[in-house]
Amino acid sequence: MTILATDHVKVGYDGRIICPDVSLQIQTGSYTAIIGPNACGKSTLLRAMARILPIAGGSVVLDGQDIAQVPTRELARRLGLLPQTSIAPEGIRVADLIARGRYPHQRIFDRWSAADEAAVVSALEATGTEELSGRMVDELSGGQRQRVWLAMVLAQQTPLLLLDEPTTFLDIAHQYGLLDLFQRLRAEHGRTIVVVLHDLNQAARYADHLIVMKEGAIVGSGRPADVLTAEMVQEVYGLPCRVEPDPETGTPMVIPKATAPRASSPASC
Amino acid sequence: MIDHGYRTVQVRRGRLSGLWSTRSLVVCTGLVAVTFLLMVVSLGMGTYPLAFDRVLGALLGVGDDSQARLLVVGWRLPRALFAIVCGIALGLSGAIFQSLTRNPLGSPDIIGFSSGSYTGAIVVMLVIGSTRYLEIAAGSLIGGCLTAAVVYLLAVRGRTVQPFRLIIMGIGVGAVLSSLNSTLMLFVNVDTAMLAAVWAAGSLNGLGYEQLRPTVLILVLFLALLAFVAPRMRQLELGDDAAQALGTRTGRARSGAVVLGVALTALVTAAAGPISFVALAAPQIARRLVRGPGLALVPSALVGALVLLASDVLAQRLGFPVGVVTATLGGAYLAWLLADEFRAQASRRK
Repeated sequence: MTILATDHVKVGYDGRIICPDVSLQIQTGSYTAIIGPNACGKSTLLRAMARILPIAGGSVVLDGQDIAQVPTRELARRLGLLPQTSIAPEGIRVADLIARGRYPHQRIFDRWSAADEAAVVSALEATGTEELSGRMVDELSGGQRQRVWLAMVLAQQTPLLLLDEPTTFLDIAHQYGLLDLFQRLRAEHGRTIVVVLHDLNQAARYADHLIVMKEGAIVGSGRPADVLTAEMVQEVYGLPCRVEPDPETGTPMVIPKATAPRASSPASC
Repeated sequence: MIDHGYRTVQVRRGRLSGLWSTRSLVVCTGLVAVTFLLMVVSLGMGTYPLAFDRVLGALLGVGDDSQARLLVVGWRLPRALFAIVCGIALGLSGAIFQSLTRNPLGSPDIIGFSSGSYTGAIVVMLVIGSTRYLEIAAGSLIGGCLTAAVVYLLAVRGRTVQPFRLIIMGIGVGAVLSSLNSTLMLFVNVDTAMLAAVWAAGSLNGLGYEQLRPTVLILVLFLALLAFVAPRMRQLELGDDAAQALGTRTGRARSGAVVLGVALTALVTAAAGPISFVALAAPQIARRLVRGPGLALVPSALVGALVLLASDVLAQRLGFPVGVVTATLGGAYLAWLLADEFRAQASRRK
């Protein structure tokens, strides 16, 4: 079943079109990764799918309904987005920040219901941030902060999650921690995950559906084993490489070809 | 039970629910108590001083001290209430602008509203030749709102307003208007110039129940609108993308907040002339007292009321217009704020 689809979507900024004509489908319960070189339109497309960015043509369809027709707050109960950059209000603490994810569920004088509290508790648990809940967001490390922002989006309790480069700026352990967490959210809570990633090996390892973009268009889509080939990487990124099965998971793994002889002695630098 | 990092008070009654920090409730209660006490003290002051118990008796309507009742309720109370009402409006207006601009300098004074309303008032006196209260008030309203609109339009880039541009444009437009004001003053006769200068100082002198009633009514209307806008503004503090993804129409929310912020200041300016710096200082004092994140509307309003009432008490003792007192106190505060900001920046660079 398709949860989200774009139908000939045309989108860009200030009249400059970045994605002229994109059609794609996201299956319910899938873990989809969108990959592609810098400035290929991945984030633009994701923002269009979440209706953050107005589209110049075509349509985005959520559960068979054109999202242009969905009221803003209702959309926020059905679709959650973790933007690339967010700003924490000065002096806010973790639990309060996560609670702001409850906004689309709250009414004007009903601002901390039992459901709100339960959602915040389960978001804290899912992201392993219970210990941090009373801390100032400004004092957290990059990895902790990213988990807190994710918890805010989880508190929104949407069946569909769009994540824009959530692993950027994190160390390798935190990157895998976050990707594992998305995997759990899908398995245990039945959520659909769409994530923009830079690391091809991570995308191949976690996603069951890969979308490859180049210059604003989709140039490949399907199972990682079918899509992620040496030819594709050469064509899309211009990077000569080998693709071998990942010894851990058997998923495709990109190994760039050596281009220059390695520095032989430490003194040479 | 969630650890919020501070003590909380939670209320759940059917479809009503909320969560507040205990500290902010205590601070608010304290502010209300201190403001009330100061009001009672101020009502006893004047050419004919009254003892505390006589003022209280007259206020609560116990006993039959008709002299005290006339002095307190008939003459002195409207002025004190005016100070409180205007303080609430200014405190809220400042909190709105500081939340929108994410900057402690964001306030209706800074974005040129005061200079604009002064220009409006002078133009009414000069062009129409009117010295009537209502016409000057209307002129100042139009002047202030036009200036705010111009500053806002200058600060718009693409589809969004950049907070920093708003402040810079406000300072620029304010400077142009100040020189225009000085020029205009050269063309009016001495009496009108005096009147304009007195109006521009901002004063609660001579305000009675007839001006108080409409002001309170309009303030209540604005408060109702603010209750609707406030949660949206709180979401805007997360950045536009996150706010929008969480179901806020950012453009609408921001315009609504700006209009309300300008309207609250305009209400005060129309009634009492420009009273500066309360809007600037009250939200910052409130934040330091409450220690909460972002927008603190109720504490800002209460601090505004207390600051303006205290300034007016001082102004009455010194025989100055209240605007002069707030400008003097505010000037010192602004100098401290800027020094503090620079210190914070310097220590961040290290």
